Amino acid sequence: MRRTRAIILLIVLSALASAVVGAGNWQSLKDDGLHDPSNPAIGVLQEPGAALSVLAPDGAGNKVDWVQSLQQGLIAPRPSLDGDKEPEIRETRVVMKNTYPMLYVTFPHKPHTQWMSCEACHDRIFVPQVDANPINMGKILEGEYCGLCHGAVSFPLTECNRCHNTNPASLGGESVVTGEGAQ
Amino acid sequence: MKRWSGRLLTMFVIAGLVPAVVAWAEYADVTINTQSEAEGVAPVIFPHWFHRIRFQCSVCHVDLDIRMGAGTTGITMEKLIDGQYCGACHNGNIAWSIDNCDLCHSGRPGLETGVKGGHETMGPGLY
Ligand code: HEC
Ligand code: HEC
Ligand code: HEC
Ligand code: HEC
Ligand code: HEC
Ligand code: HEC
Repeated sequence: MRRTRAIILLIVLSALASAVVGAGNWQSLKDDGLHDPSNPAIGVLQEPGAALSVLAPDGAGNKVDWVQSLQQGLIAPRPSLDGDKEPEIRETRVVMKNTYPMLYVTFPHKPHTQWMSCEACHDRIFVPQVDANPINMGKILEGEYCGLCHGAVSFPLTECNRCHNTNPASLGGESVVTGEGAQ
Repeated sequence: MKRWSGRLLTMFVIAGLVPAVVAWAEYADVTINTQSEAEGVAPVIFPHWFHRIRFQCSVCHVDLDIRMGAGTTGITMEKLIDGQYCGACHNGNIAWSIDNCDLCHSGRPGLETGVKGGHETMGPGLY
């Protein structure tokens, strides 16, 4: 019951958020409610707008599409401190089907492994095996599983359709997909 | 009827909140104030957006053992000077050194530890 209410509320929120949060208006540090405007660091620290306005735009979170910014080469975050580690990129996508009444969720390994190594998730957040993780939306909203990052640092949970992105009819029953095709 | 008016009320409250939310901190800023103010310095503000332009998540969260939970890593100045956590980079080599107190300790008095612009606004924790 609580979970259903939470989900209804989130849908409303997400509609409102996308209506109000346009792309590209970043708060200046002195007005962000966190920085002390009298701290000498104000004026030395970079303003978010100065760095983020030149990256691939988006409507939510940092208002930056971080995946596109990386894939277009606008940024090149280092995979290790000395930059000598070759990141391991995994191409599989895992389809998650306990999503009624929403579309299926397709978890894409590629963009995640462009941002982090396997150990960031396996096994501390997910067992690397299809359907081995008892994920549901309630737990995600509580900040577990996908919700550890999404809603905190990665794009927010109000963006339902970025995860719930797969029409069951587009699949032939498989759970692990590779290559192009069903997004 | 009663249930619906309750829901409508919630919707109005949220509609009122959203513009306020937009005026808040940059998404994913982490504030750390487990000991700072008690020890007489301003709370720490860690900007994810700034660092993720330069480093992948696992540099900090796997290689440097920084936990994905605001305030849970147990950072102290002693460890930073010893080259752990922020001190692995803020050592005058990869990034400016640890003597630049104000650049990290830049928060308003009374800030609570947490991730801002995320959980606190449109994500989990507030629904
Ligand atoms: C952002 C988190 C994350 C990262 C990083 C990650 N995985 Fe996964 N992995 C998952 C999730 C989620 C599943 C699906 C689990 C389920 O269905 O319950 C999964 C499933 C798997 C599976 C089983 C399905 C398949 O694809 O064959 C394997 C094997 C796997 N991961 C290996 C890896 C390897 C190797 C890496 C590093 C190159 C990696 N993973 C990086 C989250 C991640
Ligand atoms: C350890 C952190 C972490 C976890 C856990 C995680 N993600 Fe992500 N995810 C990221 C990051 C980082 C990005 C890059 C985009 C961003 O930060 O907004 C991303 C991007 C994505 C994208 C966008 C890909 C694109 O091409 O634009 C999808 C879809 C996604 N995640 C789904 C999931 C799902 C579903 C789960 C849970 C099964 C999950 N993520 C768990 C960190 C995470
Ligand atoms: C970060 C990715 C992500 C986002 C964003 C997301 N979901 Fe989910 N959702 C999931 C995953 C993963 C599951 C579990 C799928 C599984 O276990 O097969 C799920 C399951 C669900 C379910 C099935 C019932 C349940 O409680 O688990 C519903 C309904 C749902 N989500 C609704 C939503 C709505 C509404 C939104 C937007 C407000 C949303 N989701 C946003 C990843 C996401
Ligand atoms: C790279 C960022 C950074 C710099 C630079 C920095 N600190 Fe800190 N400092 C932290 C973090 C993170 C904490 C942990 C905050 C907490 O838990 O409240 C901390 C905690 C502290 C604490 C309380 C805990 C303890 O270990 O005593 C004091 C006092 C402190 N810093 C003083 C200073 C002084 C003085 C300087 C300048 C010489 C300085 N800091 C420079 C990041 C920094
Ligand atoms: C330069 C280091 C650094 C990088 C790079 C970094 N983080 Fe963090 N992250 C931190 C620190 C520091 C904290 C706060 C830890 C503490 O307070 O103990 C944190 C906290 C978090 C949290 C916890 C927020 C909460 O709910 O309390 C999440 C989730 C997270 N990071 C995800 C990510 C993701 C995803 C990426 C990559 C897109 C990333 N981080 C990149 C340093 C980093
Ligand atoms: C993986 C390396 C790394 C780690 C770990 C790291 N930083 Fe940084 N940080 C950097 C680099 C590189 C810069 C940019 C330095 C420059 O411009 O010379 C920077 C800049 C900053 C800035 C200034 C941003 C601006 O607007 O100019 C702050 C504040 C900061 N770091 C705080 C922290 C705190 C607090 C921690 C620990 C919780 C931390 N950093 C951990 C690499 C790191």
